[in-house]
Amino acid sequence: MDLNAILQWPHLVPLICALAIVLVLPLVAGYIVLVERKVMADMQVRLGPMRVGPHGLLQPIADAVKLLLKEDIIPENADRYIFWLAPLISVTAAMLALSAVPIGPVFLIADLNIGLLFILGVGALGIFGIVLGGWASNSHYSLLGALRSAAQLVSYETSAGMAVVGALLLAGTLSTRAIVERQAQDGVWFLFAAPVGFFVYLVASIAETNRAPFDMPEAESELVAGYMTEYSGFRWALYFLAEYTNMIVVASIATTLFLGGYLRPFAGTPIFDFLDYLPALLILLVAGYCFYRAPKQPVSVQKGFMAVVGLLCGGMALLLALPVAAPAGSFLAGAKPGLHGAFWFLAKVGAYLYVFMWLRFTFPRYRFDQLMRLGWQFLLPVSMANLAGIAAALALHRGLGWGVVPSFALTTALTVAAAAYLVWIGEKHEVGKIGEEETAGNA
Amino acid sequence: MLDLVVFYFFAALAVVSAVLVVTRRNVVHSAIFLATALLATAGIFLSLRAEFLFIVQIILYTGGIMVLYVFVIMLVNLDVALHQVQFNRRWYVALLLTVVLGAQAFAAILVSRQSLYALPPAPAQALEPNTELVAWGLFHTYVLPFEIASVLLLVAMIGGVVMAKKRI
Amino acid sequence: MVPIGHYLFLSLALFSIGIVGVVTRRNVIIILMSIELILNAVNINLVAFSRLVGSVEGQIFAIFIITDAAAEAAVGLGIIIAFFRNRETVLADEMDILKW
Repeated sequence: MDLNAILQWPHLVPLICALAIVLVLPLVAGYIVLVERKVMADMQVRLGPMRVGPHGLLQPIADAVKLLLKEDIIPENADRYIFWLAPLISVTAAMLALSAVPIGPVFLIADLNIGLLFILGVGALGIFGIVLGGWASNSHYSLLGALRSAAQLVSYETSAGMAVVGALLLAGTLSTRAIVERQAQDGVWFLFAAPVGFFVYLVASIAETNRAPFDMPEAESELVAGYMTEYSGFRWALYFLAEYTNMIVVASIATTLFLGGYLRPFAGTPIFDFLDYLPALLILLVAGYCFYRAPKQPVSVQKGFMAVVGLLCGGMALLLALPVAAPAGSFLAGAKPGLHGAFWFLAKVGAYLYVFMWLRFTFPRYRFDQLMRLGWQFLLPVSMANLAGIAAALALHRGLGWGVVPSFALTTALTVAAAAYLVWIGEKHEVGKIGEEETAGNA
Repeated sequence: MLDLVVFYFFAALAVVSAVLVVTRRNVVHSAIFLATALLATAGIFLSLRAEFLFIVQIILYTGGIMVLYVFVIMLVNLDVALHQVQFNRRWYVALLLTVVLGAQAFAAILVSRQSLYALPPAPAQALEPNTELVAWGLFHTYVLPFEIASVLLLVAMIGGVVMAKKRI
Repeated sequence: MVPIGHYLFLSLALFSIGIVGVVTRRNVIIILMSIELILNAVNINLVAFSRLVGSVEGQIFAIFIITDAAAEAAVGLGIIIAFFRNRETVLADEMDILKW
């Protein structure tokens, strides 16, 4: 068995990607939690975790060790097998959904013909984990939280699915890599052709992952912790991992469909090839900032730490810049699509997750009936209007021969008008009810 | 060879899960085993190169219908029912009936499968690209059944809502 | 391709298990679940023949059956909930209000 034969094995890259996801994802999810806490602290004008490790960077590791060493409690009269099975289903469904996500043109575990539908379908299997977990806990709070959470997920799945179908009309295929390639061919991200669809998908994906402001089922002040109440230690960590993996999955779907996947901005046009230096430049800026702050640290350990981080960033910038500067056809230039694709994809997913966190710390929580009303009476009609609008735009553009901009601008304006009308009706309905209550009280 | 192994794996999973569905005392356990049986069926669809049907089975059947079943089980779950008799009083008649029916069908398949083996299986390319072919069939050739199916779903939706309301 | 007889026997096995479930169990929800098993057995049959013949029509028929199963499950479960609200039971033997 020589090395060449192993390297030529077609299943090698998918296997490495799969191993990377299963082994590295828990660590990455832990660090996303740390990033969220730091962002939350920044928005609340404080510092966040600072004690464990330099600038709190070892906090996720400390949390993981604590969770692993906690006592494993199973409630009395709880169904042991289902109690054990439920977090497993959630985590398996979330990780399986990551297998069709195109992190780069090569970093794809499986280029399925039905890739996007596969991600949506397998992600929907996570609902089982939630419902069974709530039921197996043999506790009222858990069951109520689980049923509410499952109802919320099912409601917003329809709107999310229709928003996705709207963008699929533009792509013409279900394979995730082909969708990204189509955006490169058309020269425009589908975000600009279907902005209402992107907005609907953004809201629906926040509700799909039980994030604030839609986190009534797991809010601490409402139902203790919903379906996760009776889970402690490692089982709770599994549910948490499943939730953050789900966030990464929906961010990946949005990036693939609307934000151009692993393409750099203006991927189609060769004039903008200088943008290929942008990743290296951005990371060099981060390295420069680290070196700038290093002398200002109070403790020498932190000075050394900042310097090391700066050096690492510099190395990464070099790694990203070399394939662009290398002559075409060499091994380095061949590595460019993979490396740069991964950078752009992760940057877009990171931006989408930052918007999630931003919205979490800005808006108050929706009450459950308001949540359901929003899902069924606002988002679903808007997504249907979006679907009809995109179909009309495509008919005008491809059938009647209108230009791209007029047809899409017209249908987007009509969809926004329909959404505004729905908001107006919704307000009238709410105000009407309050008015009736007042007159009834006075009469 | 690999085809045969995959088939036997999913077939064994489907049959074992099905037997467990009809014999478990706890209804939630039955529901979980039904979900497993449905996933095994989806695997068989995938091995038969029906990729669109595979994902439709997962999204609709396992992710939709089974979630509905689990919801209702949790709403009507009675601890009393766990301790009552699970099987019909006339279960031997039922079993006899099923055995006779099964034996008849078994004999029919045994006798007639030689003529089916004479038919060479069509090349796999006839079913590619699967989603596009299914879409063409649904929206061009069989568009009338498609529209009737949507009316059926609408009727079922309205019926379900009306029946589950406390006061109409 | 795996010989067609294998798929026919598998479909028959699931079908018989489903029938046993329908005529033997008392719990109405398990009866409904056994009906789903029967529908799945039919689906396997259809898709196997669609692969043998090379036409996609078997799969289209299977999609219609899945749609039908969804509608029937929704209505059936609605009936069960409505009945449970009245009589507090889900056992088929005790649903005998029409008898006198």
